[in-house]
Amino acid sequence: MCLAVPGKIVSIEGEDLARTARVSFGGIVKQVSLAYVPEAEVGNYAIVHVGFAISLLDEDEALQTFEYLQRMGELDELESQPGGPQSRESAE
Amino acid sequence: MKYVDEYRDPEAAQQYLAAIRGIVTRPWTIMEICGGQTHSIVKYGIDELLPNEITLAHGPGCPVCVTPVEVIDKALQIAAQPNVIFCSFGDMLRVPGSIHPANANGSDLFSVKAAGGDVRIVYSPMDAVKIAQQNPDKRVVFFAVGFETTAPANAMSVHYAKQNRVSNYSVLVSHVLVPPAMEAILASPTNCVQGFLAAGHVCTVMGYTEYQPIAAKYRVPIVVTGFEPLDLLQGIYMCLLQLEQGRCEVENQYSRSVRREGNQPAQQLVAKVFRVVNRKWRGIGEISHSGLGLTADYADFDAELRFGLSQYRAQEDSECISGLIMQGAKKPQACTAYDNRCTPDHPLGAPMVSSEGACAAYYRYRRLRNKNLVEGSGV
Repeated sequence: MCLAVPGKIVSIEGEDLARTARVSFGGIVKQVSLAYVPEAEVGNYAIVHVGFAISLLDEDEALQTFEYLQRMGELDELESQPGGPQSRESAE
Repeated sequence: MKYVDEYRDPEAAQQYLAAIRGIVTRPWTIMEICGGQTHSIVKYGIDELLPNEITLAHGPGCPVCVTPVEVIDKALQIAAQPNVIFCSFGDMLRVPGSIHPANANGSDLFSVKAAGGDVRIVYSPMDAVKIAQQNPDKRVVFFAVGFETTAPANAMSVHYAKQNRVSNYSVLVSHVLVPPAMEAILASPTNCVQGFLAAGHVCTVMGYTEYQPIAAKYRVPIVVTGFEPLDLLQGIYMCLLQLEQGRCEVENQYSRSVRREGNQPAQQLVAKVFRVVNRKWRGIGEISHSGLGLTADYADFDAELRFGLSQYRAQEDSECISGLIMQGAKKPQACTAYDNRCTPDHPLGAPMVSSEGACAAYYRYRRLRNKNLVEGSGV
């Protein structure tokens, strides 16, 4: 029930609690309330739940999942080198 | 689709799985409390890809599943009345109520609809308010269930109705909150959960500061986690790393959507329209301060008061073991009714109804796979 889907804001109209956007979910466009994301701008990606945008996606943070993997890979390489750190704690 | 497809990358998933295998030294049990996460875990078989030492327990994370039977009964009784349009999210329509003489018009909302009741599925509570505005001679009731994620939308519908004097609109409220349920599980003498994945969209609304006292008090790691396979694998990895290192912190895997303080405008309207109340959880019982009810300012919009149902009580059916399943004590296949007396077509309990319920997820994804294995086709 907490299903919420990311979509791209293509246009905005109205003000305050009545501010709404047309949001594209891979081509399917729906009218969505922006009452809870007053900072929203055209081009932002919003997480939408039952007709309401509940957050705007942070592009930098979205890369974290992949950067985390990369960091783990680098740690493994360090650990496998002779004389390299023996544990994760000491490598950090 | 951007922000979806990249989090389903098989190569990155294999890397996370290898990393998980590399750090696990002993058995651990981690619980997710979100039906969306349960659905993803079972759909992608994530629990079966993990090392044998890891058990994923599926917590009470499906609002459809935890809505108590007496509230379902109240919905059935309201929906069966003349001049009522009863609006609901689609997955509530098949949830069985109790066997009670007052439910003569049907054992679930679909049956009430089949018997002539005006029951409508809506996408958003705001659609229900619009139906009320278009039908001023009808009493329009919205079934306001859900976790913290859904509370801002439901709050807005009531606030809008009050502002615009939509007096024929009311809500049957059965809202539940995640942190008190986590505490109830952790405080149980039979608790087996050692770490939690917190629900990404609940935390998108509420932030995650309220989990910090729980992590400290019960010494459990809690990782706010998203819904795609890579989100779940990263969340599980982060939780296991904490367990293996003896840490118990609140960490945020789903940082592309979740901010520490959550969504402040949403929290403000929720706090205006709703107040914290005790709530019954189907299969578990009453949990103190675990739900939301309307504040006095919005009490006029309470369907229970309008229809005189606030004192109604009903007993749960004893055959469904949903309480044990939602506390992580049993898996769906361990239920004697699973896949025989209880199926999605004829559910005995709510976890078999919603696609987010653990029983329905296992029925949908595991049953077919098991059949294929038996028939030798494999998957």
